[in-house]
Amino acid sequence: MTLASMARKYEPRQVPETKVATTAMIASLAAEGYDTVSAPFGHALVEQARKDPRIVGLSADLSKYTDLHIFAGAMPERFYQMGMAEQLLFSAAAGLAREGFIPFATTYAVFASRRAYDFIAMAIAEENLPVKIVCALPGLTTGYGPSHQATEDLAIFRGLPNMVIIDPCDADDVAGMVPAMLAHDGPVYARLLRGKVPTVLTRHKPDYKFQLGRAQMIREGRDVLVISSGIMTMRALDAAEKLATDNVDVAVLHVPTIKPLDVATIRAEAAKTGRLVVTAENHTVNGGLGEAVAGALMTAGITPTFRMIGLPDEFLEAGALPTLHDMYGLSVDKVATQIKAWL
Amino acid sequence: MTVENRVAALSNTSLEMRAWNIRRKALRMGEVQGQGYIGQAFGVADVLATSYFHALEYRPEDPEWEGRDRFLLSIGHYAIALYAALMEAGILPEDEIDTYGMDDSRMPMSGMASYTPGMEITGGSLGQGLGIAVGMALGLKRKKNPAFVYNLMSDGELGEGSTWEAVMSATQWRLDNLICIVDFNNQQADGPSRDALAVGAEAPKWQAFGWHAQEVDGNDLGALVAAFDTARTLSDAQPRVIICHTKMCKGVDFLEARESNHFIRVEADEWAKALAVLEKGKPQ
Repeated sequence: MTLASMARKYEPRQVPETKVATTAMIASLAAEGYDTVSAPFGHALVEQARKDPRIVGLSADLSKYTDLHIFAGAMPERFYQMGMAEQLLFSAAAGLAREGFIPFATTYAVFASRRAYDFIAMAIAEENLPVKIVCALPGLTTGYGPSHQATEDLAIFRGLPNMVIIDPCDADDVAGMVPAMLAHDGPVYARLLRGKVPTVLTRHKPDYKFQLGRAQMIREGRDVLVISSGIMTMRALDAAEKLATDNVDVAVLHVPTIKPLDVATIRAEAAKTGRLVVTAENHTVNGGLGEAVAGALMTAGITPTFRMIGLPDEFLEAGALPTLHDMYGLSVDKVATQIKAWL
Repeated sequence: MTVENRVAALSNTSLEMRAWNIRRKALRMGEVQGQGYIGQAFGVADVLATSYFHALEYRPEDPEWEGRDRFLLSIGHYAIALYAALMEAGILPEDEIDTYGMDDSRMPMSGMASYTPGMEITGGSLGQGLGIAVGMALGLKRKKNPAFVYNLMSDGELGEGSTWEAVMSATQWRLDNLICIVDFNNQQADGPSRDALAVGAEAPKWQAFGWHAQEVDGNDLGALVAAFDTARTLSDAQPRVIICHTKMCKGVDFLEARESNHFIRVEADEWAKALAVLEKGKPQ
C-alpha cells in the first residue's frame, strides 16, 4: 500500500547515453587538478600516537573506510574493533576516556550523528570527555543515498554543548586537525575526508595551516565574500578562479571550525562594505554554517546582501557524485553560475 | 577502604545493619522531598550493602583513588539509593541528607557524575552504563589495574539494544574485570518488565552470550555475599552478571503490598508510618 504522503521515485527514468556510474562508497573525492595525499588522517594519528601513549583507536567495523586501518596496522595493541555497534563504540570510548585515554572513534557521519547521538550526548559531551569522533562520508560525499549521506550532521552536533565541530577542506586540514583535536581537552566531532585527499589550501595560500577555532582568508576579492567550510572551500576557490575570468573578484574565507565559530573574523570580513556575502557548505541549509554565520552577523547588526549555498531540505538522490553535486548546486560550475546570478 | 579497614568495619557493623541504614537514609531523603524512588531504594538496599560493605575496594576520603573498584549507576533514578549507600560508606557527608533533590544540592534526583563524589557516571538515559563499563574495563586492563568495574542496571534496561551490544563486546574482549548487577524487580514505568521485553529465562540468555551468570534472591544478604564472592574470584576469562531478584519497597510491608508502581506514591502522613515499620524491623 502506498500512502498519499509516501515518497516514491518509481517512475521509469531515461539513463543517459554517457552513463556516469555511482562510484564505490569508499572512493576518494574527485578533485580535478589537485595533488592528493593518501590517508592523511591515519598517518597523522600514527604520528601523534607515537608521541602520546594515551591515544587509542576504536571503530565500529569501518576502520578501513575511515583510514583508521593505518593506525590499527601500525599499533594493533592500541586498536579496538568494537563491531557493528555504534552505541557501544561511543559509550566504550567514554569509558576509556574516563580511565585516562584519548580515544579516536571512527564510523560514518550518519551513524554517529543519527544512531549514536544520545550516547555521544550523555556519555561523552555532558561529561566533557576527550573523545575524538572522526566520521567519513560527511554531507553529500557518496551516491549511496540518504542512508549514507550525512546531510544534517553539523546541525545535530551544533546543538550539543561542549562539542567542537571541524569540517576540513583538504589533506592539510585533515592532517592538521589531528594534533589540534588532541590538544583540545574535550570532545570533538570531525568530518573526515579519506582515501586520496586533495591538497587545496596551500596551493592558494602557501603558508596556510589549520588552526582550531580560526577562520582564515584564503583569497582576497572585492565583489563577493564566500564564507565556506569543508570541501565547499575547494569548490569556492575553483569557482572564484572561473569568475575571475568574468571580472568578478571573489574572496574566500575558510571556516574549518564550525563550533566554536570564529565570529570575530567572520563579522570583520562581512562588515567590509560593497561585497555580496555567500555561505557555502556541504550540508543542508538548515542549521549548518550558513545559519550560524547569519546569526553571527544579525546579532552584530551587520546586514550585507546575504545568500546561502548548501543542500536542500530533502532526502537526496542516489547516483554518481559529480551528477549529484551538479544537481544540488555544489559543483564548481553551479557555484560560479549561482554567484554570478546573484550579482 | 583498605582490606584491613573493611574487615574491621564489617566486624563492627553487620551487613543487615548497613542495609537497614541505607533504607533509613533513603526514607529520610524521600520524606524531605515528599517523593522519591523509595520503592527501588528499599528493593536494592541489600545489593548496595553487599557491594559497599563486602565487595568493593575504595577509600572514603578519596573517591577518585586510582585503585578503587568502579561502581557505575546506570539507572540514574536510583540515585536516592546510591546517595544513601555513599553516605553510609563515608564518601558523602551525612549532614547533606536533607538537601536531596533541592536547588543547589550535590544530590540531584537523577544521578550525575559532575554533581556527586562517588557517582562514577551520569546515568538516566537507560542502556548506557554497561557500554561505558566495557570501555572502563578495557581501560583498566590497558593500565594493568586489577580493579573491577561494577555496573548496576535495571531489568527495564534489558530492553535497550545498546545493553546487548555491550554484552557481546564484554565477551569479545574477555572482560573478567566486569561485573554486571541487574536489579530485577520486574517493575518498569508502564508495568511489569516481564510484560514488556524482559521475557524468558534470564541467566541462560547471558550464558548464551558467553557470560558467567548467577541468579539470586536480591534481598537475601547471604546469597548476595556468596554470589559476589563467586563473581570476584572466578578464574574464567569471561564477564560476570548477578541477576538479583528484588522486591520493590522491601522492608515496609504496607508499601510492599501497594499496587505495583514504578514511582511509589507515599502520602504525607505515611512517611512516619513507614519509618515506624522500618524501626520495628531494625536489626539488633
